[in-house]
Amino acid sequence: MKLDSDDFELFGLPRRFALDRDGLDERWRALQAEVHPDRHAAQGAAAQRVAMQWAVRVNEAYQRLKSPLKRAAYLCELQGVPIQAENNTAMPAGFLMQQMEWREALDDARTLAAVEALADDVAASQRRALAELQSTLDDRKDPTAAAQQVRALMFIERFAADVDQRLEALGQ
Amino acid sequence: MALLQISEPGGAPDPHQRRIAVGIDLGTTHSLVAAVRHGVAECLPDEQGRVILPSAVRYLPEGRRQIGAEALVAQAEDPENTIVSVKRFMGRAMADIANRERLPYRFEDRPGMLAIATRDGVKSPVEVSAEILATLRFRAEDSFLDDLFGAVITVPAYFDDAQRQATKDAAELAGLKVLRLINEPTAAAIAYGLDNASEGLYAVYDLGGGTFDISLLRLTRGVFEVVATGGDAALGGDDFDRALADWALAGRVVASAHDKRAVLVAARAAKEALSDADTTELVAALDAGELRVIVTRAQFEELAQPLIAKTLSSVKRVLRDAKVKAADVAGTVMVGGSTRMPVVRRAVSELFGREVLTNLNPDEVVALGAAIQANQLAGNAADGEILLLDVIPLSLGLETMGGLVERVIERNSTIPVAKAQDFTTFKDGQTAMAIHVVQGERELVSECRSLARFELRGIPAMVAGAARIRVSFQVDADGLLSVSAEELTSGVQAAITVKPSYGLGDDEIANMLRDGFSSAEGDMDARKLREARVEAERMILATRSALSVDGDLLPEAEREALEARLSALAAMEGDADAIDAAVKALAEATEGFAAERMNRSIARALTGRAVNQI
Repeated sequence: MKLDSDDFELFGLPRRFALDRDGLDERWRALQAEVHPDRHAAQGAAAQRVAMQWAVRVNEAYQRLKSPLKRAAYLCELQGVPIQAENNTAMPAGFLMQQMEWREALDDARTLAAVEALADDVAASQRRALAELQSTLDDRKDPTAAAQQVRALMFIERFAADVDQRLEALGQ
Repeated sequence: MALLQISEPGGAPDPHQRRIAVGIDLGTTHSLVAAVRHGVAECLPDEQGRVILPSAVRYLPEGRRQIGAEALVAQAEDPENTIVSVKRFMGRAMADIANRERLPYRFEDRPGMLAIATRDGVKSPVEVSAEILATLRFRAEDSFLDDLFGAVITVPAYFDDAQRQATKDAAELAGLKVLRLINEPTAAAIAYGLDNASEGLYAVYDLGGGTFDISLLRLTRGVFEVVATGGDAALGGDDFDRALADWALAGRVVASAHDKRAVLVAARAAKEALSDADTTELVAALDAGELRVIVTRAQFEELAQPLIAKTLSSVKRVLRDAKVKAADVAGTVMVGGSTRMPVVRRAVSELFGREVLTNLNPDEVVALGAAIQANQLAGNAADGEILLLDVIPLSLGLETMGGLVERVIERNSTIPVAKAQDFTTFKDGQTAMAIHVVQGERELVSECRSLARFELRGIPAMVAGAARIRVSFQVDADGLLSVSAEELTSGVQAAITVKPSYGLGDDEIANMLRDGFSSAEGDMDARKLREARVEAERMILATRSALSVDGDLLPEAEREALEARLSALAAMEGDADAIDAAVKALAEATEGFAAERMNRSIARALTGRAVNQI
């Protein structure tokens, strides 16, 4: 295992979307227990610099693996299909329709209950999309189709963040 | 399950080689210093046996000063020259200070950080804080009859980069080597968690004199992992005093510095009395006659309500950030003197649906936790006891077109963390790019804190959009940010360590060190030489023990070259600068070796795990 190993190698995990979250957390703590600069405090400047690089690298990989969306995007990239969200905004018409309906629903929602109902709807939609993504990546092994699903999920995630902001503003 | 250790067996130094490392809680109203002695963390008392040092500095004529309790006594009689709650001004500009007209100080606006005019000249909050820190440093040195190796200083978790940097500067100004800045709630969690052998998800609610923090931590076999943190760097006991004072004055205007301070002092005394009594009398000797008002606990609690509501909404946000419910939290640890107020305890217990934990001294717990971490960082503790995985409290980003913020590092990211983002030019032939670093959660630059501005110059002229400018953020284990920028096609670079300006040049700092804080040390040069020797010996020891364990990683010739360097360094004496240079060269020469060792230790540790899991 080296500093330039990929995230999955670094965490000793199979290169797939499905993931044991408790195992990931456990592995992260074990790795940080080895590489964190505080563990090398008495060992001089060179060891500190190396530890800092490693700790940063381990945290970076952990952040990416922890987030289903980032993990999926990373898997696509590792298989030669970068996401390129900014150059690739074409979405199916049905998906765009649903996005517009959601936006309108958010604009119209006046009560906490209405925003919460919308939040539940979005969360369910996220769960479905992630399940779909898992089967595209792990079973059908189709990174090109998965990349398209990742881009769609990015839209949903952005909308979910807006819903969260509204919830926060409504003082929940 | 224990992991394989990188350090050698028996790595802890002999008792006589033990390095003295302390934890310092630099608080808004009071400060403490603690150290691990005979395996137990304890707060160090002054000559009169008091562990609490009031965070008050009074500037007297002829450059003399009073620090602590003596200064506090004089605060109403000499308010302009007696600085209390200076922590609220750390890393802050004039415009940041709410209600400053009601404070008795003569503020001076300065770029980056305000200053206060006293009879001893204009003082930066960094200098005032350094007086407090130096007092604690001397206390510790007197306790151990030895120089300090270093200190862990605590800061509110919600402190931004400017406030952290200012704290670190104050420590250095006080002649302290900062081993680490750690967050106050995290320090409290260490002390609490180790004491109670706790595991699981805990909240630390820390309401001090001037700051409020709420942190959620997961405690797993000696690992203290901060899951999310939030708070308000300008909300604390002082604000409860002010609310009570305003109510007691009932519209009466106090103009003089003396009256402003006197009414706040009286309000604080009344607030403290109401933690036990149902009724008390607020008494303040004002210029125009005595102010006497009866106040009941119920009246005070009503005044406190909006302030407590603010803390509770921070708590809720942190729970949301962590994606957990109040019921998932195994316990809530109360920290900070302001959590003595029954109304605060009641409100927090209600929110979490269980009694809060108050079985530790809310004043001392932060310093004790810092001392435990200091002892470990000095290499005194058996390796592998505890590990802190803390987060940054506020997102970091850059200004983009239209005054909008592009976030680069999200809040609650575990530190250390580094991230890069690519940008491009928007005009043909553009040869420079302004980089504006901001911190905060808002979309607009104007609503975030501006941390630094710098320019990347010398970009070769290209058409708009052709340049590729990579801006890299790095936040170290102290939570401090550095930023660099590079144009990738040409390799042009610029970098900045974000540092608030508070009008002190390096020369001035050197002078202050000589005049003020180090006079007791005698000869500066002798001290410098001693420090250089200590550092050299430390490096030699660390490198030799690394060679004895993992020397086989190096080819024979390299190993011999390294041994020769070590012998040469060991023989050096007399010239501090030459020793420093040789230590630095040694560090550079061993970088490759350090990297190889790290690879080996990780491989070993993970193999150890796999075998154990079978």
